[in-house]
This record gives sequence, structure tokens and C-alpha cells, in this order.
Amino acid sequence: MTVPIRVTVNGVAHEHEVEPRLLLVDYLREVLRLTGTHVGCDTSNCGACTVVVDGRAVKSCTLLAVQADGGEVTTVEGLAANGELHPIQAGFKEMHGLQCGFCTPGMIMTAWQILERNADPTDEEIRHGLEGNYCRCTGYDNIVKSIRHAADNL
Amino acid sequence: MTNLVGQSVKRVEDKRFITGKGRYVDDMVLPNMTYASVVRSDVAHANIRGIDTGEASRAPGVVAVLTGAEMEADGINGLPCGWQVDFKNGDTMKEPAHPALAVGKVRHVGDAVAVVVAETREQAADAVELVEVDYEELPAVVDVVAATQDGAPQLFDDVPNNIPFDWELGDKEAADAGIAAADHVTTLEFRNQRLIPNAIEPRAAIGDYDDSRDHYTLYTTSQNPHVIRLLMSAFVMGIPEHKVRVVSPDVGGGFGSKIFHYAEEVIVTWASRRLGRPVKWTAQRSESFVTDAHGRDHATKAEMGFDADGRITALRVDTHANLGAYLSTFAPCVPTYLYGTLLQGLYTSPAVHVNVTAAFTTTVPVDALRGAGRPEATYVLERLLDQAAHELGQDPAELRRRNLIPPFDGSESQPGYETQVALVYDSGNYGAPLDKVLEMVDYPALRKEQEEARAGGRDLGIGFSTYIEACGIAPSAVVGALGARAGLYESASVRVQPTGKVTVFVGSHSHGQGHDTTFSQLVADQLGIPMDDVEIVHGDTDQVPFGMGTYGSRSLAVGGVAITKSIDKIKEKGATIAAHLLEASADDLEYAGGQWTVRGTDSSIGFGDVALTAYVPHNYPEGLEPGLEFSSFYDPANFTFPFGAHIAVVEVDTETGVVKLVRYAACDDVGNVVNPMIVDGQVHGGVTHGIGQALMEGAIYDEDGQLINGSYMDYALPRADELPRFETDRTVTPCPHNPLGVKGAGETGTIGATPAVVNAVIDALWPLGVRNLEMPLTPQRVWQAIQSANGS
Repeated sequence: MTVPIRVTVNGVAHEHEVEPRLLLVDYLREVLRLTGTHVGCDTSNCGACTVVVDGRAVKSCTLLAVQADGGEVTTVEGLAANGELHPIQAGFKEMHGLQCGFCTPGMIMTAWQILERNADPTDEEIRHGLEGNYCRCTGYDNIVKSIRHAADNL
Repeated sequence: MTNLVGQSVKRVEDKRFITGKGRYVDDMVLPNMTYASVVRSDVAHANIRGIDTGEASRAPGVVAVLTGAEMEADGINGLPCGWQVDFKNGDTMKEPAHPALAVGKVRHVGDAVAVVVAETREQAADAVELVEVDYEELPAVVDVVAATQDGAPQLFDDVPNNIPFDWELGDKEAADAGIAAADHVTTLEFRNQRLIPNAIEPRAAIGDYDDSRDHYTLYTTSQNPHVIRLLMSAFVMGIPEHKVRVVSPDVGGGFGSKIFHYAEEVIVTWASRRLGRPVKWTAQRSESFVTDAHGRDHATKAEMGFDADGRITALRVDTHANLGAYLSTFAPCVPTYLYGTLLQGLYTSPAVHVNVTAAFTTTVPVDALRGAGRPEATYVLERLLDQAAHELGQDPAELRRRNLIPPFDGSESQPGYETQVALVYDSGNYGAPLDKVLEMVDYPALRKEQEEARAGGRDLGIGFSTYIEACGIAPSAVVGALGARAGLYESASVRVQPTGKVTVFVGSHSHGQGHDTTFSQLVADQLGIPMDDVEIVHGDTDQVPFGMGTYGSRSLAVGGVAITKSIDKIKEKGATIAAHLLEASADDLEYAGGQWTVRGTDSSIGFGDVALTAYVPHNYPEGLEPGLEFSSFYDPANFTFPFGAHIAVVEVDTETGVVKLVRYAACDDVGNVVNPMIVDGQVHGGVTHGIGQALMEGAIYDEDGQLINGSYMDYALPRADELPRFETDRTVTPCPHNPLGVKGAGETGTIGATPAVVNAVIDALWPLGVRNLEMPLTPQRVWQAIQSANGS
């Protein structure tokens, strides 16, 4: 019925017995109580649940917890270090890249991926990188500016 | 420290959201909590012959399976409607019951039939599959016009032709005469298609009944927790309001869809009482699609007459408004008082008449969605204006300018503008944003660019929209006379702590609007204290004394003024204390920079010292109560009326029908602005919502009443790579009837954008013979329109 997994999340090693059908996002939210990662849809379209697994941004509703076994996961809670906001987080605050905040953790983790692949993206490249994330509040303009701001400060 | 108002102060609420510390309803876990999953109708219209819950009840982890019969037996009433619009002939609005769990019949796909409560979310979801509902299917009707025809399937026995009310406004004779006398009449027939709101946070609710205190707590994703408390306690459950606490913590967007009192709020509260344990429900996105109240869905015929000089002679509008299967909380006011009243626009039309027929269909209930009625009205007017400009061979900016209401500031010498449709506009300088937006895009150059593009085989289009809208709907006595069953004031309490720090409890609810920042800016300026000394509390009926919540762009214009009124009282009492301490007369004091000073002297005392004295009243004015805390209610004298001018520029690929939005410029006038950064953000989001309606969004029902595009795989929302960078600017015409001079900024973008974008596409395709297009302007529709025009 359950499977043992070992996952390192935000630098902390965890061992749990989980149901094989448990999604990674539910593992993060309900088992680890890291509720910064959100669920906005059931079809892997909205991107609110985006986290970084082994260096790649993934929609954590598309991955089973058992698939993350042995992996390293970074969530929005793991970005700030020593009380300092990560430059992407700071960029979102500085450029008003969020309103209700619900899509924001996914946007931030996606931004991490965009900048990891290309430290100096054009606006068009940023917009292309955000294709998999919905925001209903901002119209994306300030999200693009936020990521641009982060790129300039990373 | 002072003059924060007008500055783009960075948001104080951001840190919790960017670090993952936002607290939304679905993030909450209560001790001993159970999980609810709802059995929903998968047919549009049917009698329920029976519900077999046996197997589900025996499934692993299941605590209870409950149906409408049990709810009815417990004396739970249906969901109430908060607005009454009677028939034109005076007959009372038909108001059929809307049970939270269906009784006897289901009327739309998604209608709640039963609820499974289990130990885990997964167990509840599994057991839902085991509930057997025996349906006797009935014919569906999804089209609003079809629903009103004789012989159409009837949703309710006592609502003939599915029409719960009809409505009209304006002088019909004058409008008929104006159209008859016109030199030119522009006529359009179109749908304002049904939209699905799609806040990115799905709705969620937790009911928590405490039998030791006979006390209920409901955590819910609401824009107005006090309203939910009132509706659920007094109208639905018959429980005392003081025994109910409703908490709406961080809420992930609303756009109107989280105003309404929903079935699941009743279900979890009632189930928690029955089971003695907390019950949590969180919508899956597929449930959001078939339960969140939808928006728009009008079928309209509109005619606008013009004289030989291009002046409007009359507007005549006939609209069928789809209400879905039940009357949602504020549904009746949306296609009537929030729609017909805006059909004057910002034009001097001497005659306006609108006729509205509202109808039930076997679809999800329809209610307010960002803009609520005003986008529909603006679409009517602005499509007509651009269309007329094409037909008359005139420039659309010039045609509008010729018809604009002249400037007025709302003072005694320039009083409000009385429209043909019941409103008195507060203040307006309607040409100002038009002039400015034309400058922003360098209009002559833009037209030249269009000409050159056309010569080079590129189909560029320029579309206009000059809109007016109504926010902060009020005063209560007026809206009551129009059928509102609620007051539309706002309430705020301001508590000065003994140390001089300030806590503000306000009925407005922030779900993205940035109230923590905007209200703190206001309070800090008014008291002359640092923003850090101010804390904003909202979203909890046990903390905030009362409130009407956030919708209709009312938070600053109504809530902000309620706060201001309380601050005024604090300053007045503070002056009495200060005068005592300074041994002066209160009349001789002035308050500035956080201190009271005896005029003309250097004798002064600070806000913090006065606050401390209020709570440690050793040396204190005789007879004055200790403490420094005031509550206020503010009921505005009138609506506020923001306005603006938007220009969209599109390029249409005529080979594929793909529309590319290449430029979007918005110049809005929302009165005074507290935080320009936040207002720009609201405009960006609103414009995007409007673009979504114009180009990609729209619910599609098949004839059996199935929602065909009920997921993000099928329903298109605007994405980052489909949008341009927005160009925004403002003009400022203060509202004369509130002390802040503010109007409201939450919906202007949505209202302005949709017709601007559609007009731009029509402008691009007019030379090809395309005369009208139904939204959304998908590549298929555009391509087909081009083909038909070619063939004709």
C-alpha cells in the first residue's frame, strides 16, 4: 500500500511512507506542510504548483511523490537565504509582479528556471518561458519586469 | 513620513506571498478535520428518481454521505438572492428555491446532489464515484433566447417561459422617435459571450462547529465574509448571527466570482454540525468551471441613430440576459441596474431606451464578473460608435469627440450630469483621456503606419473605446429602492494602541488589491505617522465589527472613506486630550506631522503622547472617556464614475485568422490616486481580462447542456506570450462627493479593453468586407469571416 521515499526538500532530508498515487504537490503541502506551493488546476496547465526538482522546474501536480525519491526539491520556501530575499523574490516585490499572490510561488520558481537557462533573457524570451503559468491578476507585464529586474541583480 | 498618498509605495503584503507564507483556506488544517467531496450532476436537467448512497457509505474512511433530503429535514433553506427586480408590469420577481443540495431535480451540470465526508480527501473523492443517482433526464436549454420561447424546456413549474423578470429603462417613445428621425442608423446584433471567471485559487471552505459553545466558524474564499455570515445565518441556516464567525484569510483572486454565497459554504457548515468535526471542501478546477458563477452571456440588438452632423440622436437596445439555472446572489442587478444605467456612456445622446429579458437556462448561474454589466454596456456603445465611424467614413476619435458630454467638476456651478438612464455622473472631463491616449500612440503617425502596412499587405487595425463606468454603488436608500436587499455602505474601526501604533479594522477585503498598502498610506498620511505604525486587519467577522466587502471597485471610494471618518474622530478626540495637556483650547490647535501645536507657538504634543494619555488618563480632561478608538460607517451620496480612453492595435494574419495584439494604450481617469503602481497593476490585469474576452475566452455548451470546454485544456486564458507591454497613463478628475476624491480602479481595464480590441480587428478587416464578428475572435472565426466576406 505504501512506498518508502527519501527526498531532500529545501536542504532538509525527509523519509516517509507514501501512497504510490500521492502527487508530489500533495506530499509537499499535506505531508511536509509546505503550503507555499499551490494547486490551481487538475490538468497541469496553470503552473501554480511549479517547484524545482533536481535543477529543473516541474509542475509538482504532474509528478508523483515516489518519482521524486532520492531527489532534491526546492520550493518557494527554500529560496530566501539567511533572511535575505532571493533576487527573484525581490524583483517581484520591486516591480509589483504579484497581486493576490496565488500564482506567485509558481511564477517565481519558473522564473528561476528561465534565468538559470539564460541569465540575460529578452522580454520575449521571458514571456515564452512563462507560457506554462497562468496569472489572472497582473496581465503578466509586471511579472516580466520583475524577472528582468532579477536578471539585472543576479 | 508624510505625503505617502500619490506615491508608488512597494506593497507591504508582498513578503508573505513571495516567501510562500500566504495563508489561503486550502492551506489550513484543523484538528480532527474531515474532507468533503461533492457528488455533482453530470446531466443538465433531470428529475432525481433516487440516490443510492449505500455503497459509498461503506467505503473506506467514509464518515457520512448526505443528501438534499437530509438537509431539507434539518430545516436548511435554499440560497437567497440579494436583489429583487420586478417585472415591467409590476409583477413580483419569480424567485424559485435554490437548494444547496438538489431536491427532486437538477438544473445544470455541476448542480450539487450529495456530499461525501471522509477521513481523507482521496477517500472522499473515491467514494463520490460510488454514489448512484437515478436520473430521469429532461431536455436541456442553454440558449437564452431559445429559453424564452413557448415550448422551451421549463426549469421551474411556476416560471413561465423561464423568465423571472423583465425590465426596461429610459424613454421608449423618445428613443423610437430619435431613431426614426436619424439620418443614419447603425445596427448591430451580437452575443456578449459567457465567461468563466477563473480566479487561480479554486474556491474552498471549512466548516467548524463547536458544540460546547454552539458556535460556528466558516473559513471561506470570499470577497465579503460579513455578507456571507448574514446570508448563511439569517436566510439559509436559521442560526443566530452572533454564533457565526466567517473568516476569509488570503484569497487568491475573485473578480466577482467570490462575492456570492455558494452551496458548499452551507454544506460544510451544516455537515460539521451534524458530524461534530471540521469539514473541509476544496474545489478541483473542473468543479470551479461548473460551480463558480459565470459572467456576461447577453444576446443583444442595438441601434444608434445619428444626425447629418454625426451627433447621436438616440440609442435603442434590446437584450436577453442568461441567468443560468438559479438566481445567484446578485444576479438580477447585473443585466439591469449595472447595465442599462450605463448606456448613456459619456455621450450626449438625447434619448436612450433599453429593454431586458432575463431567462433561466440549464447552465451554471450567471452573476457579476469583473465589470459586471458595465463591460456589456460599454461593448454595446463602443462597438456601435466604431461601426458608425466606418459606415459614415469618419474618424472614430472625431466621431466620439463630437458626442462627448462637456467637462464638469461636480461643483455647484458645474453640477453632476443627469443621464437619460437614471444616473447623475459625479464629475467628468471626458475628452481629456481621449486627447492623452491619442498623444500616447501618436495617432496621426499610427494611422500613417496603418496605411503603409496595408500597402505592404499587412492588415493592421486600430480600435477605440471611450468608456464610463460606475463604482461604489450607493447610497443604500437608492439601491434599496432599486431592489437591493442590502445596504451598500462600508464600515471601519480604527484603534489607536497606547503606544501610538494604529490598527485598522476594515470591512473591505483584499484579494490582490493591496489594501494593506493603500490603506496604510492613507492612514499614515492622515495621522502623520510612519506606515510601519499602521496595521490593516480584514477578512474576519470576529475582528472586524462589520463590513460589506470588496466588489464594484468600491474599496477605496467607500472603505477608504469609512477609515477616514474614523481617523477624523480620532483626531478630534485627540485634540481634546492634547488641548488639556497643553493647557490650551482645542480650537487653537492644529494637527500636522503627527503632533498638535498651539497655533503660533512652539507648544506642541505628539500623537504617541496623546495616545498614551488616552489609555493612562491620569492627567485627563474631565468627563472624557478613556481610550482612542472609533468606528464609522460611510454610505456614499452617489456612485463614482471613472472613465477613460483605450486604443488597441492589432495585426491580423488573413491567411490563418490569427490576431496579434501589437499595442495597447490605456488612459484612465479614476479620480485621485493613492498608489499609482497598484492602480497601474489593476489596469494591466483588467485590460488582460478584457482582451481575454475579446480574443480567446468563452464558455461553450452543447445542446445537451454539457460544458464542452470545462478545463484549462479547453478554455483559453490569456498567457504571457500573447500579450504586449501595456502603455498606461492617467488624467485626474477628482470625485466631488467623497473626501478622498477617488473613484475606483479595479474594473476600468476590463470595461475598456474588450470593445477596443474587437474594434481594432474590425478596423483591420473592414477593407476586406468584414462587418461584424462574434467574440471570442478565434483564428477560426476570423478566418471564416474573411472567407465569407471574400465570397460575398
